[in-house]
Amino acid sequence: MKKARIIDRLFGMMGWTVTVVSLFILALFIGVTLKLGLERLNLDFLLGYPSRFPEKAGILPALLGTFWLFVLTLIITVPIGVSAAIFLEEFMKPGKWATIIEFTIYNLSGVPSVIYGLLGLQFFVRWFGWGPTLISGAATLALLILPVVIVAAREALRAVPNTIREAALALGATRWQTVWHQVLPAAGPGIATGVILALSRAVGETAPILVIGAAGFIAFLPKGPFDDFTALPVQIFNWVSRPQHGFIVTAAAAIIVLLGLVFLLNGVAIFLRWKWQQRQKW
Amino acid sequence: MGGRQRLNRIIEKIIVFILFLATSISVIVTFSIIYIIFSEAIPFFKEVSIIEFLTDTQWTPLFTQKHYGILPLLVGTLLTSVIALAVAIPAGITIAVFLNEYVSSRVRNVVKPIIELLALVPTVVYGYFALLIVTPALQKIIPDLQSFNALSAGLVMGMMILPMIASLTDDAIKSVPRSLREAAYGLGATRFQTAFKVLIPAASYGIVAAIMLAIARAFGETMIVTIAAGQFPILTFDPRQPVETITAYIVQVTMGDVPHDSLEYRTVFAAALVLFILTSIATSLSFYVRRKMAMIKR
Repeated sequence: MKKARIIDRLFGMMGWTVTVVSLFILALFIGVTLKLGLERLNLDFLLGYPSRFPEKAGILPALLGTFWLFVLTLIITVPIGVSAAIFLEEFMKPGKWATIIEFTIYNLSGVPSVIYGLLGLQFFVRWFGWGPTLISGAATLALLILPVVIVAAREALRAVPNTIREAALALGATRWQTVWHQVLPAAGPGIATGVILALSRAVGETAPILVIGAAGFIAFLPKGPFDDFTALPVQIFNWVSRPQHGFIVTAAAAIIVLLGLVFLLNGVAIFLRWKWQQRQKW
Repeated sequence: MGGRQRLNRIIEKIIVFILFLATSISVIVTFSIIYIIFSEAIPFFKEVSIIEFLTDTQWTPLFTQKHYGILPLLVGTLLTSVIALAVAIPAGITIAVFLNEYVSSRVRNVVKPIIELLALVPTVVYGYFALLIVTPALQKIIPDLQSFNALSAGLVMGMMILPMIASLTDDAIKSVPRSLREAAYGLGATRFQTAFKVLIPAASYGIVAAIMLAIARAFGETMIVTIAAGQFPILTFDPRQPVETITAYIVQVTMGDVPHDSLEYRTVFAAALVLFILTSIATSLSFYVRRKMAMIKR
């Protein structure tokens, strides 16, 4: 009996230790990066172009590339992902086919991002002849986050109570009318939250973009989807791979910007979710 | 009236068909991935025998003295993954149990989101941390640690995977019926006994599914190992040495200027095939275990 108490206490101490150590390491990582990078983080850096000299290097092309990727990925992935979620939740009957599709989506979410990069390289860059452009990158990222978007949208649709569907159907609405006018608006904020979370992952993705051939050094701004590009994570990787100490500082400054973007997107998603829960009537 | 209704019905059919097409994209993507891998891997295996691929202990397709043995890359992948999982699984489960059974909901509501921040950090950033913070720090304790090494890449990858294990274990523990937990406490069990003799066994399917997903994640992780573990395909089990993983090799070659339709280019897809098989087995097992769990619950 006494021994059990001691073990219980010991595990409690271990729990505190593991938790505090994890939080400490995260704080240390971010602290060191801030200390290194903050001095470089000014308007010249944000609006500057890459350079061979670390103290002159800026991230404007990378920042703009990431913004383009974000918008294009959003445009490609949302209609497909939400349509698929609606079909799976509202129209598909459970059975063998439903299981197969569920298995497919689950497996796709486990495929390494670097393999999506190979898919993008072979299909979009080479077969479609798009080259290593923004549209190839965005299409690759869209396929990568598609399973996440589908799962999140399905959860949001499932959270809409059945009474709403039954009421609409009883009034003579068709199933699509029920979905379009009742279920989708009710699930909208939930879907938006899921989409933003998935996109925040896409913003930080590096491997697939590297594999399709995004350049690490671009001295111009992309003007359309079919322009070559670089993105913030690729720029960071490019700087990390260089031997000069100066680029470590530049990379730290770019990391602060990237982390800021990712945390901001998540903040927006959490805010939306919170707002939605406040408004929810059921 | 009749015409209008018929039109509505046709529109409805068309819409449902479009929705169906969107759904089928995931199936198309799956087959496309399999297709692109095999369409380059099969010509590769026409030139290099599968026996050589699986047993040769050297991987030097880019040198003059060419060897095509996947083992160095495979061992590099396994080594970094084992280190990562050795951190993430125990720490993740400990944190999940600790936050569920040991602390007030106030502490939990503060700590949990911060732990989840760990999952948001992009992997290229983790690579930077591993190379420039963790390796120099570890070198003070382990003097013969190379500046590129499997150890710090693995440890940092463990940090990245930890929140995934913690939050999936948390879900699994939460799905255990309240009555079980209350019965255990009612019989005078300690928190530790309740957690490890009642809750975790009851949640074991969910936890196993989480671990399988974490394994797939570790195998497929690319940027941390590319940046911090090195790009030297040497067959070694020594975590102090540099290693190259399958993923790092894929990045290394696709970033270089190897001509398409060459054997060197195809090595990427032969390596990707091995990676795809490994991760598919892990995710499929995870799916199977989750289904089994859902069936038992019913």
